[in-house]
Amino acid sequence: MEDVITKPLESQEYFINMGPQHPSTHGVLRLVLSLDGEIIRKVEPHIGYIHRSIEKMCEHDSYQQIVHLTDRMDYLSCHINNEAVCLGVEMGLQLEVPERVKVIRTIIGELTRLSSHQLWWGVMGMDLGAITTFLYGFRDREMITDIFEETCGARLTMNYNVPGGLMFDIHPNFQKRTKDFITHFKKKLPEYDDLLSNNVIFRQRTMGIGKLSKEDTISYSVTGPSGRASGFSCDVRKHHPYSAYDKVQFKEILRTEGDCFARYQCRIDEMWESISIIEQLIDNIPEGSFKAPTKAVIKLPKGEFYQKVETARGEFGVYIISEGQKSPYRLKFRSPGFSNLSALNHMAQGCKIADLVAIMSTIDLVIPDIDR
Amino acid sequence: MDNDSLKDFILQRVPEAEIVQGTQYLQATIPSEKIRAILTELKSNPQTSFDYLFCQTGVDWPQHMEVVYHLKSTTLNHMVVIKAKINSRENPEIDTVCDLYRTAEFHEREIFDLYGIIFKNHPDLRRLLLTDDWVGYPMRKDYVDPVNMIAY
Repeated sequence: MEDVITKPLESQEYFINMGPQHPSTHGVLRLVLSLDGEIIRKVEPHIGYIHRSIEKMCEHDSYQQIVHLTDRMDYLSCHINNEAVCLGVEMGLQLEVPERVKVIRTIIGELTRLSSHQLWWGVMGMDLGAITTFLYGFRDREMITDIFEETCGARLTMNYNVPGGLMFDIHPNFQKRTKDFITHFKKKLPEYDDLLSNNVIFRQRTMGIGKLSKEDTISYSVTGPSGRASGFSCDVRKHHPYSAYDKVQFKEILRTEGDCFARYQCRIDEMWESISIIEQLIDNIPEGSFKAPTKAVIKLPKGEFYQKVETARGEFGVYIISEGQKSPYRLKFRSPGFSNLSALNHMAQGCKIADLVAIMSTIDLVIPDIDR
Repeated sequence: MDNDSLKDFILQRVPEAEIVQGTQYLQATIPSEKIRAILTELKSNPQTSFDYLFCQTGVDWPQHMEVVYHLKSTTLNHMVVIKAKINSRENPEIDTVCDLYRTAEFHEREIFDLYGIIFKNHPDLRRLLLTDDWVGYPMRKDYVDPVNMIAY
């Protein structure tokens, strides 16, 4: 009898499928979890459910067409993805775009980042069981999508950039509406802290969960707010400034804890920086043309061009190998979500399933960005 | 380290390397057998300390295959592009670097999936994006798929 009482319970590893249809994977991502009780021993991501082979399609498309494919990848950073391809093509053509274009691209890029972070914030709260955040996040995001709609006619996949500049000039209301939004959002952003950041339950579910050290962050090439939360200084806007980022003052948000809460706090602080960048530029949009003249058929010279930009998720790279034709010989998209996901197994080991939901929310996955 | 000394650094270790100055970065093409040795050296040597592999990809050329490594040093802030030239298109093989750079684990699986390049000693070399029973390697230039591809 004593034997039965003192003998430890035998446990056995078992597997469960999380996804492909799971609300917290935010798309079609399947995770095979290897579990010991409720403790996660291994997470194996299975991706590719919406793989469209965009890179292969690019090998047959003209450079103007490629721009349109990029916002189908990370649809929450669509403008910044477009910008990456345009900057890459402009680098190949050695084309200097007008100052007006640079400033407008930067403002819209930051608005895109804000709207992406707002959506992330709302959805993250909902993943952890707070419905209110979802409504708050979408309420504020609505104002940005309205500005986008008025500027270029689309709310999500904007296609506002073209190689050489912008598709058309900004709407006369653009400056006023953006300033209205900034005044509105500066009052609302502290509410985000009141609602979620200082919530005890939320803090307990995120602090100390899913830790990633700085060395591992660099080794896994985790970038963006997820990387900077571990102290990895990787902001492309600082290290390799493009568009008008060399003209504005902003801080690179760095934290050292590397846990879910640090990643959360990084994004919240980044929103304040984005607001500050927009405020510095919105009254100083230079006059001039909104597009540098380009040929109807763009042929890049023979060579290789690598352009990196900072999307809402991290470092997005476009690697163009040109053979002098109207289509690239090879085009590679280095997407931030792909690398960030590869670190998920490392972060989640030893956590519980509920923690995995928190970890996935804080690395902010967008599935088309991973699958391409 | 500036590009000239970086060029000498690589040439000292791999004399047969072909080094050109690209539009942005120094590009060094080396034989695929040397890739592990040179990347280990580039990572561990304090003069170079390339610790951040930010992009790894395959390229299918008419006569050979290539794996391209974009490296950056987070401490010294210099960058280099290393290209491993694999002479065989039928049976491309190269050593894995995923113990040096953990991010390569996913990238190498993707390259294997789309180009059919086999990474020796990779812990888990399976198809990543496509289904396990997919036939062929779609990113190769000679790939044909009458159902999913429109001929241009």
